[in-house]
Amino acid sequence: MAAHRCSCWSWLLILFSLSVFVVADIHETTPVNDHHGGVDHNAQTAEQTADQPAVEERRWEATEVKEAATVDAAADIQGTSAPETVVPSSVPQPKDDFQEELVIRPLHSGDIYASFQFRTLWDTDFMRENKVSHYRLFPKSLGQVISKFSVRELHISFTQGYWRTMQWGQPFIPSPPGAELWVWFQDSVTDVDATWKELTNVLSGIFCASLNFIDSTNTVQPSASFKPLGLGNVTDHSFLRYATLPREIVCTENLTPWKKLLPCGSKVNVPPFTCAFFFLKKRGTSMPSVSVLSFLLTMFSEQAGLAVLLKSEKLFHSSFHSQAVHIRSVCQDWQCKTTSWELRQTLNSVFDLHNSGQTKREWSLFKMFSRTLTEACPLASSSKLYIDITDNPQGEQFELSPATSLLSQAVVLGDRRTFSVYDLTQETTFGTVRSLNLLIRWKSNEGEMLRPLLHAERYVAGYGLQTGEIHTLMYNNHPYRSFPVLLLDSVPWYLRLYIHTLSVTSKGKDNKPSYIHYEPSKDRVKPHLLEMLIQLPPNSVTEVTVQFERALLKWTEYPPDPNHGFYVGSSVISSLVPSTVAMHTNSTRERPLFSSFFPCKEESSYFVRIYTEPLLVNLPTPDFSMPYNVICLTCTVVAVGYGSLYNLLTRSFQIEEPNPGLAKRIANVIRRMRGVPPL
Amino acid sequence: MQILTLLGLFSACFLANSINIENSAGQFFSSGHTNNWAVLVCTSRFWFNYRHVANTLSVYRSVKRLGIPDSHIVLMLADDMACNHRNPKPATVFSHKNMELNVYGDDVEVDYRGYEVTVENFLRVLTGRLPPSTPRSKRLLSDDRSNILIYLTGHGGNGFLKFQDSEEISNVELADAFEQMWQKRRYNELLFIIDTCQGASMYERFYSPNIMALASSQVGEDSLSHQPDLAIGVHLMDRYTFYMLEFLEDIHPASKTNMNDLFKVCPKSQCVSTPGHRTDLFLRDPGSVLITDFFGSVRKVELTMDAINLTDPIKQMEENPVNGEEQKEVYSYADQLPVSEIIHQFSPGRFHY
Repeated sequence: MAAHRCSCWSWLLILFSLSVFVVADIHETTPVNDHHGGVDHNAQTAEQTADQPAVEERRWEATEVKEAATVDAAADIQGTSAPETVVPSSVPQPKDDFQEELVIRPLHSGDIYASFQFRTLWDTDFMRENKVSHYRLFPKSLGQVISKFSVRELHISFTQGYWRTMQWGQPFIPSPPGAELWVWFQDSVTDVDATWKELTNVLSGIFCASLNFIDSTNTVQPSASFKPLGLGNVTDHSFLRYATLPREIVCTENLTPWKKLLPCGSKVNVPPFTCAFFFLKKRGTSMPSVSVLSFLLTMFSEQAGLAVLLKSEKLFHSSFHSQAVHIRSVCQDWQCKTTSWELRQTLNSVFDLHNSGQTKREWSLFKMFSRTLTEACPLASSSKLYIDITDNPQGEQFELSPATSLLSQAVVLGDRRTFSVYDLTQETTFGTVRSLNLLIRWKSNEGEMLRPLLHAERYVAGYGLQTGEIHTLMYNNHPYRSFPVLLLDSVPWYLRLYIHTLSVTSKGKDNKPSYIHYEPSKDRVKPHLLEMLIQLPPNSVTEVTVQFERALLKWTEYPPDPNHGFYVGSSVISSLVPSTVAMHTNSTRERPLFSSFFPCKEESSYFVRIYTEPLLVNLPTPDFSMPYNVICLTCTVVAVGYGSLYNLLTRSFQIEEPNPGLAKRIANVIRRMRGVPPL
Repeated sequence: MQILTLLGLFSACFLANSINIENSAGQFFSSGHTNNWAVLVCTSRFWFNYRHVANTLSVYRSVKRLGIPDSHIVLMLADDMACNHRNPKPATVFSHKNMELNVYGDDVEVDYRGYEVTVENFLRVLTGRLPPSTPRSKRLLSDDRSNILIYLTGHGGNGFLKFQDSEEISNVELADAFEQMWQKRRYNELLFIIDTCQGASMYERFYSPNIMALASSQVGEDSLSHQPDLAIGVHLMDRYTFYMLEFLEDIHPASKTNMNDLFKVCPKSQCVSTPGHRTDLFLRDPGSVLITDFFGSVRKVELTMDAINLTDPIKQMEENPVNGEEQKEVYSYADQLPVSEIIHQFSPGRFHY
């Protein structure tokens, strides 16, 4: 019987293997829109372009020229690969492009700031009648969201920790603690609120987050903040929704789906079918179950490119962690007559020197991420690692090893910064060991960071559980220029703002805002919204104060841990800060990803958005064990008071025989054993 | 003659083989289910309940290892232990002392977390009465061919289980939810496991068919924890789930271990409490029910010899490039802070001094 079964299995195996070979054959003969085919092309051309400027000495990266060349090359690839695709259409496939980059900025405190940006561009239109069905680099889950909910722009971020502007400078892309979501809908949407609610539910499923807690009580419709970052002239703010969840936790379960959106989030090294076949052959008796196959697939898959560094154990062992997804439409070319969709995934981390248990001021890729880089993402048209060496022009602050000769300059956040560039598409970057473990070793602890021109903080003042006061402080550190800021505050309804107590003072004088937009809250329906345009005088602190009263909630409205307190989301401060160097206003020019997020309209100033701390406010919390205590007390009173009285009234008293002594009882026992009547 | 005998031998062999195939085909589909689902719930909040999260994650790890994909697992964790500020090693949850086994892993997907874990949501997931816009990952999309594993852990008492220290589910409610699931044909067979104090009281009231239930302790008994860790500062796991995890770590997709072996997990000498089980509602003999019927997703593959003609590849709709011609306006980015525009803009809720 056993032998028969064996033979049966072997028949099955042979059949299976045959089918595998057939499949493999098909794969070999027709490279049906194969990713790897395109990849090789990409890699080759990248190498070619990389070989051209093979100069040994320190040189400046000619960003524009080179990028233009690669773009041309990419276009060429598209042209050549077009006939290979199976889809017999006269129109060429919409072009897509993927870039990845990592910027590392050593901070003066000895901490280190790492910022990943992954950008997918796709020249397609999600809004036309026939559905987009063929996805290559762009994640399908997000593409479907865009077309189903008619999204024009979507910005979502998950952050753990607070960005310390005074110690770390400005981040490349700011985000408030917790979760933040703001969406511009197309003007074809009729019921924006219902679409928004559905969208948050869907996003909560995609990102494993509690975004379904976004409802009308924490959604606002800013009237002037949050202009669209992408293309388009329509700025009717009724199509904008903004919400934050300051309490939202961020952990691996949010990182996992975020990573899955990346084209190089997972890559298959070994052809899975063949290895599955060998595995099965080795096991012999096991049946070719789907679970085994899927297990094998996961076993042999791994990430490539910069995504290998995204290991949750290290990323969350940091002072600050933020991951975001930004979707918008951008110009396709310099003429800007056609648009393409941009998906920008960013991840920012600040690693703490002391927290990581180091004694020396020294960082390496391995220390930060417990991984080293071995290759670029094969699907990426550009894959670069930038190290900010602006404060270290002659190498007196820290040294880099391996050293790179490639330098690049970029204007970012109103300042011209210099970067060492490691191009991961070049073989030479990885050296003879075929792995890049960048080492940054500090030489001196000196050096002062340039004070950021704008920063803000916020706190709750007052005592007791009835009233309080919110203080927002905004610092303009510029010695002689004043600049405008737009403050947005969204306060939950259970803090009742006394708007008549609103005061804005700078340098001891009243500072009248040039624009105030205030929408009062409605209990259990909508929050307060306060927007103010304030001019900050040079070298000053501007203080905004407003008093509030704490509401008493219904007892079912309290969360399971009400004594923890209630969060109030960060204030958002958007500002045009004077720039020290001329900003690039031509948005279509190719620039590094980290300097091309906020579009810039004028050369003299740059747009920046900063967030204050969220507030943790105690509300009057009832004693939830009170009913229990009352029951206990009443029961005691009833039992002791009423019970004894009742006893007294109902008991009949009888004279009890006195208890016989011990000796008499023993005597009685003995007498009973003898059969004599007791005493 | 020789040819005849050969032919005879061959045909006999063939006959035996075909009978054999039919036999094994019968075994293939004996369990009667075509898909597997798991609902894993930790109902406790706060750091000192670390062990309950570790319990749930260890079961999650096992079912995922045995082949149930994330899309078929509804994981509910009432608090965030992995990235809790008190966790000395963020993004990890350990089930063994000395940080040996990280049950949190690097690709976990939690479907309901924090305040979302409520009795209402749990019952809605079971009965499928969710709002229409709920994403698929938060739904139990099972049918009458589904085997469902339901695992609960938390603090409980005689006849109830607490959710987040603020509400509780009673055994009657749970039994009624399972009956509703049965009437709505949402399961084929259901395995219910609970690790809580007086856990056996939670399955006492079940009355729907095809349910097998296990509990970590009898009525009147406490379930006890296991493995305190000095670095983390709390107990890492409960005894029952700890030994169950040990048992499950030895299971692989093709193993023939059955439910009777699971009943023997964690005897009183190890657990201190007495684990209980209930099989009277279950129609099959527990000895014939494989562990992988509930903890894994072992699919059967049928091979066909017939050629199958696939239809022609779908042709993409021909696009008419007319719109490309007429649409030639130049796009531009919006001004991020148009000061003068904001000052002069009319707003209905404008506040005046």
